[in-house]
This record gives sequence, C-alpha cells and structure tokens, in this order.
Amino acid sequence: MANTHAQHEEPNYMNIFWALAVLTVIEIGVVYLPTARLLIGFLLVSLACTKASLVAMYFMHLKFERSTLGIIALTPMILCVFLIFMLLPDLTAYNKQHTPTVKTVVSEHAETH
Amino acid sequence: MSEAAAVLQSHVDIPPAETPLTPESWGKLGMWVFLAGDAMSFGGLLAGYGALRASSPDWPNPLHTLGISLTAFMTFLLICSSVTMVKALSAAKHGEQVKFRLFLLLTIIGGTIFLTMQAHEWHHLTSEGMTMSGNPWGSSLFGTTFFVLTGFHGCHVFGGVVYLTCILFSGLKGRYTADNYNPVEIVGLYWHFVDLVWILVFTFVYLIQ
Repeated sequence: MANTHAQHEEPNYMNIFWALAVLTVIEIGVVYLPTARLLIGFLLVSLACTKASLVAMYFMHLKFERSTLGIIALTPMILCVFLIFMLLPDLTAYNKQHTPTVKTVVSEHAETH
Repeated sequence: MSEAAAVLQSHVDIPPAETPLTPESWGKLGMWVFLAGDAMSFGGLLAGYGALRASSPDWPNPLHTLGISLTAFMTFLLICSSVTMVKALSAAKHGEQVKFRLFLLLTIIGGTIFLTMQAHEWHHLTSEGMTMSGNPWGSSLFGTTFFVLTGFHGCHVFGGVVYLTCILFSGLKGRYTADNYNPVEIVGLYWHFVDLVWILVFTFVYLIQ
C-alpha cells in the first residue's frame, strides 16, 4: 500500500543548495548597504521569504504535493500576518503616548519587571 | 457461517482508509499538521519579538552586539544538513542502504555541530553580561527575546537530532527499504522545517537593524 503514488521527478538538490548559499551571501551583503534601514529591512525579509519558500517547495516537496496540503502549510503564515496587523494599532498607540519621554518610561518599565 | 459472523467478517476486511492529502501515509499528514501548529508557535514568538522591538527605542544593534560571522556559518551548516537529509531520503528511495545511513549520519553531525556552536555563542554572550533580564547595551527585552527565540529553536534542533538518531538506529537494523521509506520522509519534513525557521530567525534576530 505504501508508496504507490505516482513518483515525481526528483529536483536537482544541488541547484537548490547553491541558490540558498548565494542568497545567504547576498543577505549578509545587503546588511552593509549604505541605504535606508527600511529598504534594507524590506530586502532582507524578501530574501528570507524566498529562501524559506525554496526549502518548503523543493526540500519538503510541497511543489509536488496536492494543493490542499499547501493550504495547510500556508494557514500559519496567513494567521501570522493577521497577528502582525492586530498588534499594529497597539504599537502606534504606545508610540504616540510615549514619544516625548519614551526613554525614561521604557527604562522605568524595564526596572519594574 | 451465521449472519452475525458474516457481518463481523465484513467489518474486519475493511481496509484502512487512505488519507486524501498524503496518499503515502497518515503519518506524513500528521507531521504536516504538527508543523503548521509549530509554525504558529514560532510565528507568535516572532510577532511578539517584533512588537516589543518596535516599542523599545533603546534596542541594541544586533550586528554590533551579537555578531553575525558565527551565525552566518551556522545558517550555512543547517542548509548543508538539509541537503544531506534530502540525499539520505533519495538514497533510501533507491534502496542504497550504505549511502542512506551515511547521509543520515552526516545530517545528525551537522545538527550536533549547530548545537555546539549555539552553546558556544550563548556562553560568549552571557559572559559579556547578556541575560534573560538585562544586558549592557540597552533594552533588557533584547536578551529576553533573543534567548527565548534561539532557545526555542535550539530545542527543536535538539529534538531533531534525537529523532534522526532514532531513525538511524532503525535504519541500521535494515528497516527502511525502497518500498518502505515513509518514516525517513517524515523525519526529513521535520528537519527541513527546523532549517526553514532558522532562516527566518537569523534574518529577524541577527540581520535586521
């Protein structure tokens, strides 16, 4: 019964390895770019997501599985994006409230814990 | 044969249901569902880390305090161990026992070196005064989030090394053949997930300034 499903063609794992290695080197290079921090952050997150999806698609064979399994794998991502948006109003409220004396408030806050 | 016995017989003969998502085994679907749940744990921790960092104006620069040369090598090491894992699975699929065991052993060694380097890094950072509750450079939450995130991931690597070792031992007994390699595929899924999470942790904790 086991392993009777149609065998998919094995991807060339060494190509994926080189892609991941090169992307890691690019990531480290991007950190030292003399541009805006926001742009660097955006580039780093995109590179990390590319690497993560390469691992999921080829090493975890998600590309060759049924699409419903892909939906299961995507669910936590979607929920995490929701979570970030749910946290955002709280953060902006906090920053507005504490901008003038933010340093002292944070250090007091840290001491009480 | 009485009617009751015939009914009983027909019940016994019902073959186990096949999962519609992963025809190979239920175990593989189970691992995917577990990983989806685990991804939410990491997602929650990373989102919490981001929120705390965004509301702390005196967050230390990770590039200057943590250093990335060692962790960049650790990232590379985990990627290599993912490659040896897919090679082990591929060898198991083709019934190449020696190659399968060798690549699985290499994967375990990669995970163990990763853990050793992480222990070294933690030792170095704690000797510089960075703890769960404070550090010499700024917001105390820097240390808290760092140790919780890398510690949670390290526990996963440790669990993975134990899991891989169990699979290696049953592999040495010759349990996995070209017709029966499903447990190897499942341990591979877990190991690649640990690699995937490290890629994200490395970016968010070490690289973003």
